[in-house]
Amino acid sequence: MNLDATETQPLGKAIKRKEDPRFIRGQGRYLDDIVLPKMLYMAMVRSPYAHARIKSIRVEDAYLVEGVKAVLTGEDLASMNLAWMPTLAGDQQMVLATGKVLLQYQEVAAIVAETRESAEDAASKVQVEYEPLTPVMDPFFALSAEAPVLREDREQKNNHIFHWEVGDHEETDAALAASAIVVKEQIRMPRVHPAPLEPCGCVADYQKSTGKLIWYVTSQAPHAHRTVLSMVSGLPEHMIHVISPDIGGGFGNKVPVYPGYVCAVVMSMQLGRPVKWVETRTENVATTNFARDYHMTAEIGATEDGRVTALKVSTIADHGAFDAAADPSKFPAGLFSIVTGSYRFPVAFAEVDGVYTNKAPGGVAYRCSFRVTEASFLIERVMNTLAYRLNLDPVELRRRNFIGVDDFPYQSPLGWTYDSGDYEKTLNTALDMIDYRGLRSEQQKRREQGELVGIGVSTFTEIVGAGPSHTFDILGIKMFDSCEIRIHPTGKAIARLGARHQGQGHETTFAQLIAQELGLSAADVLIEEGDTDTAPYGLGTYASRSTPTAGGAAALAARRVRNKAQQIAAHLLEVSPEDVQWDGSRFSAKGLSSRNVSMADVALAAYTNLPKGMEPGLEATYYYDPPNLTFPNGAYIAVVSIDRETGQVHVERFVAVDDCGTVINPMVVDGQIHGGLTEGFGIAFMQEIAFDADGNNLAPNFMDYLVPTAVETPRWETGRTVTPSPHHPIGAKGVGESPNVGSPAAFVNAVVDALSPYGVTNLEIPLFPWKIWEVLKQHGLTES
Amino acid sequence: MFPNPFQYYAPQSLDEIFQILDKYGDEAKILAGGQSLLPMMKLRLAAPSVLIDVNGISQWANVNAQDQSLQIGALMRHRDWEHALDSRVPLLHSTAVHIADPLVRNRGTMAGSLAHADPAADWGAALLALKASVAIQSAHRLREVPLREFFVDTFTTVLEPQELLTEIRIPLPQNDAFVGARYFKLERKVGDFAVVGVAVTVVLNPEGVVTDAGIGLAAVGATPLAAVNAESLLRGQRLTLDLVQEAASEAAKESDPITDRRGSEDYKRAMVNVFVKRGLTAVHKDWQLQMDISA
Repeated sequence: MNLDATETQPLGKAIKRKEDPRFIRGQGRYLDDIVLPKMLYMAMVRSPYAHARIKSIRVEDAYLVEGVKAVLTGEDLASMNLAWMPTLAGDQQMVLATGKVLLQYQEVAAIVAETRESAEDAASKVQVEYEPLTPVMDPFFALSAEAPVLREDREQKNNHIFHWEVGDHEETDAALAASAIVVKEQIRMPRVHPAPLEPCGCVADYQKSTGKLIWYVTSQAPHAHRTVLSMVSGLPEHMIHVISPDIGGGFGNKVPVYPGYVCAVVMSMQLGRPVKWVETRTENVATTNFARDYHMTAEIGATEDGRVTALKVSTIADHGAFDAAADPSKFPAGLFSIVTGSYRFPVAFAEVDGVYTNKAPGGVAYRCSFRVTEASFLIERVMNTLAYRLNLDPVELRRRNFIGVDDFPYQSPLGWTYDSGDYEKTLNTALDMIDYRGLRSEQQKRREQGELVGIGVSTFTEIVGAGPSHTFDILGIKMFDSCEIRIHPTGKAIARLGARHQGQGHETTFAQLIAQELGLSAADVLIEEGDTDTAPYGLGTYASRSTPTAGGAAALAARRVRNKAQQIAAHLLEVSPEDVQWDGSRFSAKGLSSRNVSMADVALAAYTNLPKGMEPGLEATYYYDPPNLTFPNGAYIAVVSIDRETGQVHVERFVAVDDCGTVINPMVVDGQIHGGLTEGFGIAFMQEIAFDADGNNLAPNFMDYLVPTAVETPRWETGRTVTPSPHHPIGAKGVGESPNVGSPAAFVNAVVDALSPYGVTNLEIPLFPWKIWEVLKQHGLTES
Repeated sequence: MFPNPFQYYAPQSLDEIFQILDKYGDEAKILAGGQSLLPMMKLRLAAPSVLIDVNGISQWANVNAQDQSLQIGALMRHRDWEHALDSRVPLLHSTAVHIADPLVRNRGTMAGSLAHADPAADWGAALLALKASVAIQSAHRLREVPLREFFVDTFTTVLEPQELLTEIRIPLPQNDAFVGARYFKLERKVGDFAVVGVAVTVVLNPEGVVTDAGIGLAAVGATPLAAVNAESLLRGQRLTLDLVQEAASEAAKESDPITDRRGSEDYKRAMVNVFVKRGLTAVHKDWQLQMDISA
């Protein structure tokens, strides 16, 4: 039963989302809905080549198209010192190409015209002469001596970006050498794209008379973007007003700053008119930040009775032409060091080498907290291999190695302090939901009848909520988040946060959280995010950080409000503040509960009837620097069958039990889980941005880059355990990304399990039917 | 995502169409449902300077059933078969439900799909299996071309620049015959073009002997294909398991797929085999069910 937002004590209740009526009725206000007076439109000229030298650019013919106002090239930007911009990863990226292009569809020139049609017509009239160069599409080739050096702007004359390592190399090698059992597996997570339904775009509105830039942009991190824009453009930060309107999905894709943004701002400043730029689908999928493209090798050591002894991981990370990951500064491979997962590895070592290739820049954290999906996929896949090697049920292997409920706070060998969890309980809940024992015996029977049936398990641990200021920053800015709450005289509240939701439901869940703390209903609390002139500074919404960081700020800001309210309540109740008690909805005099006042009574008094000497008003701001990250976890089980003749995989059941700590709104959590599982399903079975040898992108649109619809998506069965985070103000951990992190391994483990009687232990995603069919054919399984 | 500039005509009569065609020749493109043409124009893969919108030709929005054939006007939409089952040509319904998505099915036309000649299109395979023919008209002549002589190459047909495809004609079986059909489509997700599409239609007499058989294949050649050798294996025979397997493997031989991101040549050929086998097996089951009911 879903409740309306008028419910009081709303925490943990399935309240209907406050934002849905406007979205469902088509009354959301997205970037492309914004139309300003005298607005101009921008289109991009893009490179057909993945790697080529630019011999010349002729723009004269573009000016012949009616309505064209300006054409901008890389040389024009170079004269303003804007041809390159910094990336959030500390690299630099071309805004418009100068000298050469480094990826197909790269931005070469920008056209601004009175209409979008004119701008596109003119874009096709720009003549660019290219001298094609050898494209570097394979990251392993990129590291070889024969590979051409892609980035001529760097002093370092090779394609190696960074080496990062963590853990004890020697001890790990020694432990592996001493282990009775060692399994080794190569696991690739191919290049995928977050593919939000709304592409990226902006409207830059520079007003020459005031010197102020209003910048509407599809941004998951409007405050950070304002700071970056100020640094790039030289505009004073207080003269930049960033507005991030309703956003149609982000998934990490709307964290970076893109060349089109910079061009639109430059053009608006030059022309003194608003300039709109909105990507086409191809521009979004082919040029904005991709995800994954991790090529991993892992070894696990174990004893004969299945206790893990060591983990060693070595990874090549293909970052494309520019390292435009949005990882925290100290973490070029993100939080990949969560790779020891839910298991008690005594020792571990992981290393990652970043590499340049002629592909789109990145890689962003696509619905995961910076490379956590890669890490989780790796450990859950290789644990699966170890189970086969030991001839042990994958569930039993996990039980033998779980971090126990009494081990928390648990210090991992790669440096994290896990806050809480009860992995055994979460797993048992999933096993009960799916009747694991019954399922295994049914599998046995169906196998005897010639069916290919598999069961896959993934018991993952996430790491989210970046993060504590001693460890986490982006371009030096600490990764706290913030909330400001104002209670108005009639007891209604507006709360503004430094986060920026893109479909997560903040307008409902943060209203519930604050209402719970203040004894209001969620309907009484309006949540506003995304406007840098009104909201307090915060680093934005990605990495499942909103509830762990901004949510913490919201709870603590509300408690500040409540502290002042208690003083006012004492005044109204004519007792001393120590003699006032709060029961969750009203203040009353201790021992005399019939004498009580509501928060609305207090709010009115804050403006009309204050204790002598007290500052009027009822509001508070809190900047929350979390003491630790949070560690959501889950147990996912997939059941699949394979059509022996076609290689098609049918997901028969999927049970997902998540532990995200305290739940604010179970319906919103379920919605998040459904969405992330659907993405995980796409990643496992349908999606890859592949290239041919010439560097042509083979999936630059939704005809070839497949996004699952309701038709092919399996039915999801969700369950929950609740192990609150001990350090978070309300015990919440964040949940948005768990299903994307945990599910791919469950799917693949299930398909591998179906084929395991024939010796298959590893399959490379995406599991296209034709790939499965090739495996079936190799093993003589296609004839029924 | 904007097409190049073009002129737009919306004639109300055939004469008007022919006048415009006479004037512009192959600079002009006929716009019916527009479900392939408009996306190609928006991506600037096609850039006709003149569009002739034929949606005003009302007599093309009809189906006429005569004793011997079904005559389908050039403006019949995919959805017209999605919601109708003609027991003499069940393949039309079986195919229509697999085409793209509801938006495309509401606008797209059968005739437009044939004229566009995408080798992966579902109607191409289905109408080849049905041994359809098309009426082709210009200002000067009217001709009828069997569909099996219509497709020349990928996106290329025997249509001349001055000609229009005005009608699709499907021969009908005798009234008392049993007709069974299936369209099987391997797609990567709903709405996708076929990785492999197989249309099977079979006419059986009360003894279970095949009196006519049609097998059409999508996405396994430069054009939609008819598996003529497999068809002739079936004619005059009972649908035994051996015969079904033989015909399926013959159809696979007749296919001519290429390796791409949707699958290898071997895989696609194997899928032709699988789907012909499944199609014929299903039709045979339908026939048995029919016999059991009437017995």
